[in-house]
Amino acid sequence: MSASTKTRDQLQQVTVLFCGDSGDGMQLSGTQLSTTSAVYGNDVSTLPDYPSEIRAPAGSLAGVSAFQVQLASHEIHTPGDNPDVLVAMNPASLKVNLPRLKPGGVIISDQDAFNERNLTKADYTTNPLDDPTLRSSYRLHPVPISSLTLKALETVELKHAAKRRCKNFFALGLVYWLYSRPLEQSLAWIANKFAGHPLMAEANRRALQAGYHYGETSEAFAVQGSIPPAPVAAGSYRMINGNEAMALGLVTAAQLAQQALVYSSYPITPASEILHHLARWKHLDVRSIQAEDEIAAMGSTIGAAYGGAFAATGTSGPGVCLKSEAINLAVMLELPLVIVNVQRSGPSTGLPTKTEQADLLQALFGRNGESPIPVLAPSSPADCFAVAIEAFRIAVRHTTPVFILSEGYLANGSEPWRIPSLHELAPIEVQHPAEAEGVQPYSRDTSTLARPWVLPGTPGMEYRMGGLEKQPGSGSVSYAPQDHEAMCRLRADKVKRIAAFLPEIEITGPQQAALLVLGWGGSYGAVAAAVQRARHKGLAVAHAHLRYLNPFPSGLGEALKRYDKVLIPELNAGQLALLIRARYLVDAESFSRLQGRPFTIAEIETRIEELLS
Amino acid sequence: MSTAAAELTLTRKDFVSDQDVRWCPGCGNNAILAQMQKMLPELGVPRENIVMVSGIGCSSRFPYYMNTYGIHAIHGRAPTLAMGLKCARPELQVWVITGDGDGLAIGGNHFSHALRRNVDINILLFNNQVYGLTKGQVSPTSPLGTKTRSSPDGSIENPVNTIGVAIGSEASFIARTVDVFQKHMSAVLKRAAEHRGAALVEIAQNCIIFNDGAWAHLSDPDKRLENVLYLEHGKPMRFGRKQEKGIRLNGFTPEVVDVAAVGEDQILVHDERAAEPTLAYFLSRMGPPHFPTPVGVFRAIRKPVYSELLMQQVQAAQAQRPPDLDALFRQGETWVVS
Repeated sequence: MSASTKTRDQLQQVTVLFCGDSGDGMQLSGTQLSTTSAVYGNDVSTLPDYPSEIRAPAGSLAGVSAFQVQLASHEIHTPGDNPDVLVAMNPASLKVNLPRLKPGGVIISDQDAFNERNLTKADYTTNPLDDPTLRSSYRLHPVPISSLTLKALETVELKHAAKRRCKNFFALGLVYWLYSRPLEQSLAWIANKFAGHPLMAEANRRALQAGYHYGETSEAFAVQGSIPPAPVAAGSYRMINGNEAMALGLVTAAQLAQQALVYSSYPITPASEILHHLARWKHLDVRSIQAEDEIAAMGSTIGAAYGGAFAATGTSGPGVCLKSEAINLAVMLELPLVIVNVQRSGPSTGLPTKTEQADLLQALFGRNGESPIPVLAPSSPADCFAVAIEAFRIAVRHTTPVFILSEGYLANGSEPWRIPSLHELAPIEVQHPAEAEGVQPYSRDTSTLARPWVLPGTPGMEYRMGGLEKQPGSGSVSYAPQDHEAMCRLRADKVKRIAAFLPEIEITGPQQAALLVLGWGGSYGAVAAAVQRARHKGLAVAHAHLRYLNPFPSGLGEALKRYDKVLIPELNAGQLALLIRARYLVDAESFSRLQGRPFTIAEIETRIEELLS
Repeated sequence: MSTAAAELTLTRKDFVSDQDVRWCPGCGNNAILAQMQKMLPELGVPRENIVMVSGIGCSSRFPYYMNTYGIHAIHGRAPTLAMGLKCARPELQVWVITGDGDGLAIGGNHFSHALRRNVDINILLFNNQVYGLTKGQVSPTSPLGTKTRSSPDGSIENPVNTIGVAIGSEASFIARTVDVFQKHMSAVLKRAAEHRGAALVEIAQNCIIFNDGAWAHLSDPDKRLENVLYLEHGKPMRFGRKQEKGIRLNGFTPEVVDVAAVGEDQILVHDERAAEPTLAYFLSRMGPPHFPTPVGVFRAIRKPVYSELLMQQVQAAQAQRPPDLDALFRQGETWVVS
């Protein structure tokens, strides 16, 4: 069959899952396909899924690394529920990921890797590629990827092992042909990446092209798909993941105030990457600290905020446990700073590389005493940028520590980000009183109840403060019953008043109906898509998303009461549902998942249909 | 020192805050407070540029009584706040006030790491070998067998050696003084303040309520000359009522000798600037019953300072690369949709 006899098929979207052994380069194949498609103009959303072991035994089920990406000709918010295409580089990866493949989906497998040794490691007694059921249920394409790669690189003077490592580019090339992707972006990437290794550049280039040509010439692939560009707002774009967006947001906030950023952190999955980014941005006066432990990271963040820097720390749930006493000191000192929790599955060490939203109650209540802290949550990887800036804006305006609840899913997932112009970003105003007249350490701004951020080094305003309770105004230590009550209520009131500076709750869909689906954080995409689909089916369902978990936005209580039912999907055992029920006396129903994975659109859609039937 | 600072005419009173001192009458902390308030004006550092950071415990009430900037933080964590503050504001003079429980038990990790990083802060560790504020429990420096409310049958814990921990943490300045040694303390505190990098001063301090007399062999004027070895750089290590005794090294073991009998050239000469901390370590092991207790500066060396290196890296980065946020946004592959 010649290339010209192949048929073309225009698609609205496709979801591809690359999987293989940890060392097979699947994360790279995934990011290459994502970037190429984004540059081509598709909307793109990704979900990397990797083991917590750095090098699990080769070929084992525990060592499977995967990267899922959805490409679409329209706006999408999730990396896709179930893949249309599974690229499996070894038996273990097929075994782990096959259950997620759509019925009738495409399997491309490296048949060279399905040898007896690898089959045993994956607990297969027979070769699944010979299984007639697999052949009848899916469109199975066993391709000798390893040997074809070696053949294509025959004349390249590299060692056998180095040549074998290029097989991920062969697989990528084949997928590029399957969905009519241009090769230019990846070729440029290879040239740049291996600028110092011409042979490696040549090998990867040839592997990519060989994969592409294989698709073109092999009779096995009769249909070439294409996904036209999606209509998106004009502007400059790049791919960004949540951690990098968060790091950019933090440094941008400091720049908007023309201040240094001190970021102090202890390495922890999945938050470490924020530290890695910021450590390279010293030219923007970023002073990064790798502290000796989580507590020291929090303590040094407080010290830096006291000194007038824009100070932030980043961690994950277990780290927040350790930091909580020091966070409470920040509450007591009323210093502006930001705490990023990139949530992962708990409790304890839990599933370090898997996502969850189960630290909401910890952020709100996980400290001794009455300890109110504003809490924000980004809704997508790129949204981490805006949320980081807003967190600092709130911290500074209201002199308070602010929590950001990101998620592993957002931290590692990526999507196109419209790069903002600097003039779109409003400056953050910072005031440090220099005149003692009328200023006391704990005097209050009448509108926000913020206290003055007086910096050490200011003559004539020397004062002492600490974790002990205070007299309102002077801030002097006080054990008086009425002072303690007054200060507790002041701190609570100060956080409550933030709502007046925030947008009211926004509802998409009918303003009064049978059902409202209320979500928060990274489940935004799946919820929005599920509600949209349900509405297309004629169901009376609306969607509200909470970016602010404390204080809740104005109008939320009233809005909830306009719906017969409220459904709250979240990746925990019902934490937001508990808060909503307690706060507003609404009989909200929890839709809870604890599988270390983001919601699928389908499961939320099904739940909506069940509730409305 | 700037001209403005040189012209400062601060006095002890400028450093006294409006708070009533609430330590027990006769507590050693009072003497330390008095010496700090007396010594600080001599530094010529403007009062507003001095920050006292403390943790929890009797010692940690210190910042409230100093008319400087101050934070009374949480248990054991003062060095972490001090480090963050120095990273934000390297020009400030930052003191950490801690105790044996705050600094060596709950805050042991931070104590060690602040010293190894050589953050430019001064740590004063008031060692009274007991928990005072919680009303008398065994501390990490209490000797084996110490009977307290939490160790009624005698402590079964081996105590930690503060100076030894500091040496193990690669501290660049290590000193010891005693709460009642007014002039000595003042001189040691001043040396600590002037040291570039992390300075540790262990202050033998008497808790009059829960561990009275723990340091009597040093503080009692009658016994002092017999029991205290005053360290002075470049001077032989001599002590005794008539300076008749000295320290000699016999192989790898120090010993107390009669100076007249062995001759002064046999006596160890103190070298606080030695590149290796071997001598400081010998000294850290000395104390009753067979040796005098050394006081003064054990070690004072120049080492790269964390807070200075941090700022040098920032400045080097700024010299190399313009502070262009927009360029940072556009790193990697970008594309334009029109």
